[in-house]
Amino acid sequence: MRFTKDHEWVSLDGDVATIGITAYAAEQLGDVVFVETPDVGKTVAAGDGLAVVESVKAASDVYAPLSGEVLEANGALAEAPETVNQAPEAGGWFAKVKIADASAYEALMDRAAYDAYLETL
Amino acid sequence: MTMQTVGRPTRPEDVQPLDAGFTSLTGGRGLLQDEALIFERDGWGKTGVDLPPVEGSADDLGDLVRTRPIGLPGLSEPEAMRHYVRLSQKNHAIDLALYPLGSCTMKHNPRLNEKMARLAGFADLHPMAPLATIQGALTLMDRLSHWLKTLTGMPAVALSPKAGAHGELCGLLAIRAAHEAKGDPRRRVLVPTSAHGTNPATAAFVGYSVTEIAQTDDGRVDLADLAAKLGPDVAAIMVTNPNTCGLFERDIIEIARLTHEAGAYFYCDGANFNAIVGRVRPGDLGVDAMHINLHKTFSTPHGGGGPGAGPVVLSEALAPFAPAPWVVHGPDGLTLVEETVEEAAQAFGRMSAFHGQMGMFVRAYAYMRSHGADGLRQVAEDAVLNANYIKARLSGVMTPAFPEGPCMHEALFDDSWLEGTGVTTLDFAKAMIDEGFHPMTMYFPLVVHGAMLIEPTETESKQELDRFCDALIALAEAAKAGDVDRFKGAPYLAPMRRLDETLAARKPRLTWKPEPGVAPAPLAAE
Repeated sequence: MRFTKDHEWVSLDGDVATIGITAYAAEQLGDVVFVETPDVGKTVAAGDGLAVVESVKAASDVYAPLSGEVLEANGALAEAPETVNQAPEAGGWFAKVKIADASAYEALMDRAAYDAYLETL
Repeated sequence: MTMQTVGRPTRPEDVQPLDAGFTSLTGGRGLLQDEALIFERDGWGKTGVDLPPVEGSADDLGDLVRTRPIGLPGLSEPEAMRHYVRLSQKNHAIDLALYPLGSCTMKHNPRLNEKMARLAGFADLHPMAPLATIQGALTLMDRLSHWLKTLTGMPAVALSPKAGAHGELCGLLAIRAAHEAKGDPRRRVLVPTSAHGTNPATAAFVGYSVTEIAQTDDGRVDLADLAAKLGPDVAAIMVTNPNTCGLFERDIIEIARLTHEAGAYFYCDGANFNAIVGRVRPGDLGVDAMHINLHKTFSTPHGGGGPGAGPVVLSEALAPFAPAPWVVHGPDGLTLVEETVEEAAQAFGRMSAFHGQMGMFVRAYAYMRSHGADGLRQVAEDAVLNANYIKARLSGVMTPAFPEGPCMHEALFDDSWLEGTGVTTLDFAKAMIDEGFHPMTMYFPLVVHGAMLIEPTETESKQELDRFCDALIALAEAAKAGDVDRFKGAPYLAPMRRLDETLAARKPRLTWKPEPGVAPAPLAAE
């Protein structure tokens, strides 16, 4: 699993990246009440808005950590947005994206680097 | 001697003290009754007014004539009156106490303004009345325009926008029209991270994509980031000054210069104009368009959904694109430019069907004239002085987000002083309600963790500010002393206790439906 400074996580299986927000982000947001996931087939560039997550405190954009095409969105979040709080780095994933360049994945932070980054916040 | 007390205890110690957990038998609190929804009251089948049966309309309506009960509760006049007055008693208002919502500017609405707005010559006007019969109203609009242009140092004003965000829309439509007139439609708008949420929303609504500009550690626009993001596709920047951190953008002249150099326009969100009115003219800063919330700077009533008014002042470059209508002096007195021809050929259209919120124009103009130019300058000075007084008094127990230097009209604190207490910004805000004060703006701006944004306005006295600060200091000391229950369960004394915001957002109940089996008779009959 890899991480961004904007608190997204990515896990890679072949050329399919699963993307969500980190446990830290979910905790900071508070109770998530709504998630807007992307349309399947949408092409995103790294840094583009991928999804929107709304909690009782604020609405936030979730950025695509990698470029690619959306293969699948987590439709279960529409009925159960609380999954993002309960299992942010598992069942609370937002989208699966087919990526072109696996080296961009390797360039993201690993767990140790992300934890060290959180220490600085 | 005969004691005429007939068994009535006359001294406090004769009354048995009650437990703190006392509740009434009916749910009432003191003389405040527990209030049911108007649909849940036992009023079905009643009517408060006798009206004669309607005759003759059935022929015109054909098969649209209603045959089933309409399903509205029926109340007598006193029942209806009491229902809404009781609801209003559970609400809070600027007429009850200090209302320190930062960035929302809840200031006193002078009663002189209200009296003027109720003059029949203003209040009873019809928007389609012949111009010859409304010369007084047009004169007021003309003079209000003059004051707004003079105070902002701008050559043109559109009075018709109905609110701040409507004004933003007006400003950006003028900017879009100006770019299109040059044959250079651009696609991006730059907005700082601390902006009001309406800024990026407006830009997106007009069809622009939004790029965020970073903020410096001292809470201002990052000039280097702005310079890097400006380019030939940028239509405008939208900057609030003073910004939502309550700070003056010191580099505003340079921001305007960079913006114009890139061929973009400078939209200033004038929501916080009350901090600089009479002291600074936005036109001198290089602003091209700015809305002015009459309900904020010029004391017209605020909240409750309006009516608002958000006139927009425009620079020479944008003035030709101003929306109709506007007042002009003609040979037969004042008249309105309504059609987008001749002098208004480049006007981008209209923002509303008629002239705007006349009642708000009257109130704002009355406020300006009763203060005068020197009085308006003092409004800004006192608003800033009051905010700095609060910042200074609370800095002993709370942590200001930007401790360096003075603030403008609002004082911003973060939640680092609550660390380790188990109390959050939300808990602290709720506990303020028990102490008799409306909470400050919380969790905004988003760039400050656990933000608490306090705007006292110029209308509060030092005594009132001290009462407010004393209450907050006492609460802060209680939080630090470990009195966590006081906060976690708050509010204890309000008409409603802590609401489940998560449940309300996840499973909102927005309409009333009769419960099966207990529906009032007219609905059950359907």
